[in-house]
Order: sequence, then structure tokens, then C-alpha cells
Amino acid sequence: MNLVSNSPWIVHYNCNSCNGCDIEFVACLSPLYDVERFGALHVGNPKHADMLVVTGSVNHRNARVLRNVYEQMPSPKVVLAMGVCTSSGGVFAGCYNILGGIDTVIPVDVFVPGCPPRPEAMIDGVVKALAVLEDKRRGAETATPAKPALTFFPPAPPAQEAARQEAAHA
Amino acid sequence: MKEFITVIAALVAAPVLGGLLAGIDRKLTARLQGRVGPPVLQPFYDVVKLLHKEPLAVNRVQVSYVFLHLAFMLIVIVLLVTGRDLLMVLFAHAFSTIALILAGMSVRSPYSRIGSQRKIMQMLAYEPILVLLVVGVYLSTVNFLAATVVTTPRPLLLTMPLVFLAFLMAVAIKLEKSPFDVASSHHAHQELVKGITIEIAGPYLALVEITRFCEQAALFAVIAMFWAQNLFVGALLAIAAFVALILVDNCFARLTTFWMVRYMWTVPMLMALSNIIWLYA
Repeated sequence: MNLVSNSPWIVHYNCNSCNGCDIEFVACLSPLYDVERFGALHVGNPKHADMLVVTGSVNHRNARVLRNVYEQMPSPKVVLAMGVCTSSGGVFAGCYNILGGIDTVIPVDVFVPGCPPRPEAMIDGVVKALAVLEDKRRGAETATPAKPALTFFPPAPPAQEAARQEAAHA
Repeated sequence: MKEFITVIAALVAAPVLGGLLAGIDRKLTARLQGRVGPPVLQPFYDVVKLLHKEPLAVNRVQVSYVFLHLAFMLIVIVLLVTGRDLLMVLFAHAFSTIALILAGMSVRSPYSRIGSQRKIMQMLAYEPILVLLVVGVYLSTVNFLAATVVTTPRPLLLTMPLVFLAFLMAVAIKLEKSPFDVASSHHAHQELVKGITIEIAGPYLALVEITRFCEQAALFAVIAMFWAQNLFVGALLAIAAFVALILVDNCFARLTTFWMVRYMWTVPMLMALSNIIWLYA
């Protein structure tokens, strides 16, 4: 029985995103993609939500807000990490303020890769997350997902690299 | 014994009927917007899901008012199907709404407070119309009982057409249809988030949803009562009103709270009052 997966209500938190993922995510609600045909609603309120969609690379300032939004949601709940920023920090990885993925702050159930992901990929992620939601309702253990295989971790910036080599020589 | 069975049947049928109406409403709205839309049974899926969520409440007062909200709406259904006094129906219905307002006021979220205040303004806007409706029923049938509406020879629609139109606008407010959806909304309105139900979560939100289904069924039952002599015609009347309300909902943007009160206290109020004067003369 799919008791909880027929009506995923989604709350969306922009965690320092460049808005690319957000615009693509809002496109999912448009008549072209219409996620409401799966019963999904975009709610502005974590207390009504089953699914938390996070976009952007989390930083020191908004990690607290992200954790707060997550903790306000009644369980069973799932977290969907949209875009490559949420898995590694994306183009911002290595910046002084970036924590490097939202899984450093809250447990993530599904990663959707892309910069930004296409709406089809997002809907696919939502459908995958629904299976996890149903498992959580049953009280089953759910696996921690692997980060997207194509996630690119850039090398350390030259200044840091030079400093590290200097430290190694000393 | 027969009355007992009728009451039980009505208490089961009202939320089912109201939920179906809500599902058809969402489907029709989606089609009008060029979308596929959710399944017709979606409101039931929502309620089942909410019942399986963790019970989170801000305080106990809120929970008890949510229960009262549902209980008084069930009393409205019982009073209607047993053909009791329409004034009692009116008071039970008003208290059900007041219980929701108190639930919204019992938490400290500003969105919930604003939603509750707007709900009070909505009550201020539509309650006079409901009172005038009951007065009109009294003038047409010479008593306040819902049962006599069925036995009276002349359909109410013929004796009070203007009250009917005014009542339709009151129903639009009750069902949170545009342009009157100021207290809470099913569309994503930014300035209010979710309004009056924002702090009500999980199974308690399911109770609010079930109450909304019951209310929807009760309101359309009252619309059908305008032609209670032949319930087929009454049902057609209710269906026509339902479709008209969805059309209006999709054609209008929401307007401000004070516009709503000004409008309701002028156009529908004058329509209903002139109908009452015509009945009285």
C-alpha cells in the first residue's frame, strides 16, 4: 500500500543557490511538466511538507536555517538535493564559506546531479524519493545514497596548494 | 431508529461527497489552466497521508480547537439531515469557524495570526447574508425548520432568487475561492504562506481537511435545498453553482480583505435585503 507516497507536499529551500536550479524546479510546476499530476504540491510551509528540496551550496550562515527547516517537518520526511552544488559545492567548491554539500548538515535521501538538472531529472528524483518516503513510513532502514559519480571536485586553488607544498617542505 | 440510520449515513457520506467535490474542483481547475491535474481521489490520498504523519502540535489548546472545529461541523450535518432549526445550524456553523480562528490565534506565528484576523473579516462579510437567508426561509415557510423547506409547495429559488445569488457569494467566501481567498489558500500565495492553518500539522491538518469536506457538502446541500421539492433539480442547481464557483475562482485574482467586506455589505447585502422586503410586503 502506498499510504504516504500519493501526495508528496514539497517545501523548497534555496540554500545560497544561484537560482538556476530554482527556476528549473519552478518549471516542474508549470503546465508543461505539471508535477501536481502525481499529487505533489508546492507548499511554503515545512510543517505541511513531506519532502524538502534543497538547492545551492550550503554555507556557514544558512546551515542553521537549513537544519531548522528540516527539523520542523513532521516525519516521515525525505530530503532531495537538487543540483551539483548540494553534493559538493559545485562551482563554489573550495570557497572559504562553502561547507561542501548539504549532507554535511542534514541527511540526504536522493541526489539529483546537474547544473542545473533538467526538470525531467528533477521529477525522476521526486519519484525516487517517494519510494524512500514509503520505506521510512514502514520504519525500514534507508540507505545513504552515493554522491553523483560525475561530481567534479576541483583541485585546491594555487595559493592554498603553494602554502601546502611549503608546509610539506618545511 | 430510522433517524439514527439517516444520521450515521449522512456523517459517513458528507466527508466522502465533500472530498469528491474537492477532487473534481482540483481537476477542473487544472484543466482550465491547461494542466493534467491530480487524480480525482487526490484529496483522500492527502488525508490518508496526513493521518500517517507524526502528530506535531504547538500546544494542546490548538489541538482541542481543531477537534471542536470538526465536532461542530458534524453537528451542522446532523442538524441539517434531521431537519432541525436553521438558526441552530447557523450558530453551530459559526462556532465551528470560530474554533478554527481560535486554533489559529493560539500560536505565535504571525502568518497564522494574520490568517485568523482575515477569517474574522470573512465572517463579518458573509454572516449577515446567512442570517438573511434564514430570515427569508422563515418568511417563505413560516418557520425556521429545515424540514419544512422540503414540504413547502413553492421552491425557495422562486421566492428568494436574490438571496440565492447573495448566498452563492457567501459560499465563495466559505470555500476560499478567489476573489475572496484572503485567509488561507490552496494556491501558493506568498504573503500569507498558508494563513490560518500554517501551524497545524500532520493528523490535525487531516481533521481540518475533513472538516472542509463536510462543510463543502453541507453548503452544497443548502444550495440544493433551494429546490428541495424535486431533489434532481436541486442537485442540478448545486452542480451548476459548483461549476460557476470554479469558473469565478479561475477568472479572478484575489482582492483585499477590506474590499471583500465593502463589497459583501453593499451588493449582496442589498440584493438579499430587497428580496426580504419583497417577501415581507
